Amino acid sequence: MNAIKKILGLVWIALGVAAGIYLVYFQALPLWEKGGNDLVPAIIYTCVLAPLISIGMSVFGYYSVTGEFDNV
Amino acid sequence: MSQKKQSLAYIISASSVGTLIEWYDFYIFGSLATVLSTKFFPTDNPTAAFLNTLATFAAGFVVRPFGALVFGRLGDLIGRKYTFMVTLMLMGGATFAIGLVPSYATIGGWAPFIVLTLRLLQGLALGGEYGGAATYVAEHSPAERRGFFTSWIQTTATVGLVISLGVIMLTRSSMSKEAFDEYGWRVPFLLSIVMVGISFLIRRNMEESPMFEKAKKEGTTSTNPLKESFGNKLNLKFVLLALFGATMGQGLVWYTGQFYAQTFLLKICNLDDIQTNTILVIGLLLGTPLFIFFGALSDKIGRKGIMLAGMAIAVFAYRPIFDKMYQTVNVKNKEVVAGSEKIEETRALNAKSTVDSLVTTTTTRLYTDGATYKKVSKLVVLADKTAEAPKAEIKETITINDSDKWTLIGMVFLLISFVTMAYGPIAAFLVELFPTKIRYTSMSLPYHIGNGIFGGLMPAIATFLVTTAKDTNKVAEEAGQVATIAKPYLEGLNYPIALVSVCVVIGIIYIKGDKKHA
Repeated sequence: MNAIKKILGLVWIALGVAAGIYLVYFQALPLWEKGGNDLVPAIIYTCVLAPLISIGMSVFGYYSVTGEFDNV
Repeated sequence: MSQKKQSLAYIISASSVGTLIEWYDFYIFGSLATVLSTKFFPTDNPTAAFLNTLATFAAGFVVRPFGALVFGRLGDLIGRKYTFMVTLMLMGGATFAIGLVPSYATIGGWAPFIVLTLRLLQGLALGGEYGGAATYVAEHSPAERRGFFTSWIQTTATVGLVISLGVIMLTRSSMSKEAFDEYGWRVPFLLSIVMVGISFLIRRNMEESPMFEKAKKEGTTSTNPLKESFGNKLNLKFVLLALFGATMGQGLVWYTGQFYAQTFLLKICNLDDIQTNTILVIGLLLGTPLFIFFGALSDKIGRKGIMLAGMAIAVFAYRPIFDKMYQTVNVKNKEVVAGSEKIEETRALNAKSTVDSLVTTTTTRLYTDGATYKKVSKLVVLADKTAEAPKAEIKETITINDSDKWTLIGMVFLLISFVTMAYGPIAAFLVELFPTKIRYTSMSLPYHIGNGIFGGLMPAIATFLVTTAKDTNKVAEEAGQVATIAKPYLEGLNYPIALVSVCVVIGIIYIKGDKKHA
């Protein structure tokens, strides 16, 4: 199980980075260009969801790779 | 033993009543969003319209984790009881104040800013309340029945929603529509001060949590709960595990079942609002006892299995359930009564102009199964023919027969049952994950990120995804191509399905399955 956790750690890091790029580049950027009320979801994607998912998942993945979750 | 049981019953009810009132306060803002927008956020003022979107869909939810940090820290430093007394007063005060704020027509641009600020205070208070109440009850409960006792706290969010809908429906029915729009909408907000006052009197006599008292006497309370919770790798990894392996999925399952179901019926299926709220209230009331059942069951078979099973079943069941809901209301599946269609057109001077006219076209139809359909189209016809004509404002409303209503109640009940599996045992799970000295802080943050941000933003994000999918199909059809998305009305579910799936995988692999730990 510990080996699986270590491999999955890399998956979570990759997923966190991919989710951040997807949310900012593909979701938020077109909304920033539109402006008006679309700025609300743009702000949420850029300032709340993207950092939360990308940083949170990456740190979680890092802990998983470095064995912090072994025998937890 | 009997005295102990009695005091525990008092502790649970006193804690639950306060938390229930806080949920009530938080929900009435959302339930009265349409009225509030006309009073405080006029659409012809772009800044006010922007603040409206922010206040309605995001502010109250996004600020919750900050409330968790501020009040969680206080709770671990000075005690659980005093902290959740403060959150109760803050929530009650903010809600009461919303009921007193003069409208945009009276004080202009200050109105939206004041209301937005009060909404932020509501979110802050809620962020501090839940962790305190859950911790307080858990620390009074015997370890082998912690799931059962904390599950009472878990029912408060659902019952709070039911009461908020009930108070609004009662207020509406006790006066004319004009009176409600004029001043009646303030009643549910003002009523909050009475409920908060009662809850304050009940909570005032409560004693501090025995575990916290013991830690205080032994000098083992934390001096810097934020640093110990999030600056310490040993604890931070459990905070992240709680977030990505439990509360993220639970928050999404909860908001999909309780709130997106309502948004879906109202805005995507165009079901009548009274029928929608009735269906929701009955479904919620039927499902609520399951919180207690699954909380108690988690004491016997462990928390992990029940929570993750609820989330996993939800992932597979969402698309069929929401599809069934859509098709039950969809008039394309119904047969029109011959000759029942009526079209009426009225023309009047547009209220915002002295030369433009407003054409209102009302189309009504009856269906053989008893369903009705009404479409009101409002089009402003400009006197200046060279100016760009605005788009018609269209509102469709469908009412369904009793049999279909019970089908929808059954669907909502299923959604709520997933909620109860994921949510019933989670307070006990979170409490058991963290040590007493930093428990309030450590459990509050993942809970409010999972519920406030991932869950709270769910209805808005899902509605946005459905609109985007419909627009994509429309563009394809206008270009003479085949629509690319087969069921655009289900696209909003991709957001909870994707994130809950990740949560289930993390939960299965990383959370220990033994009873003691999870």
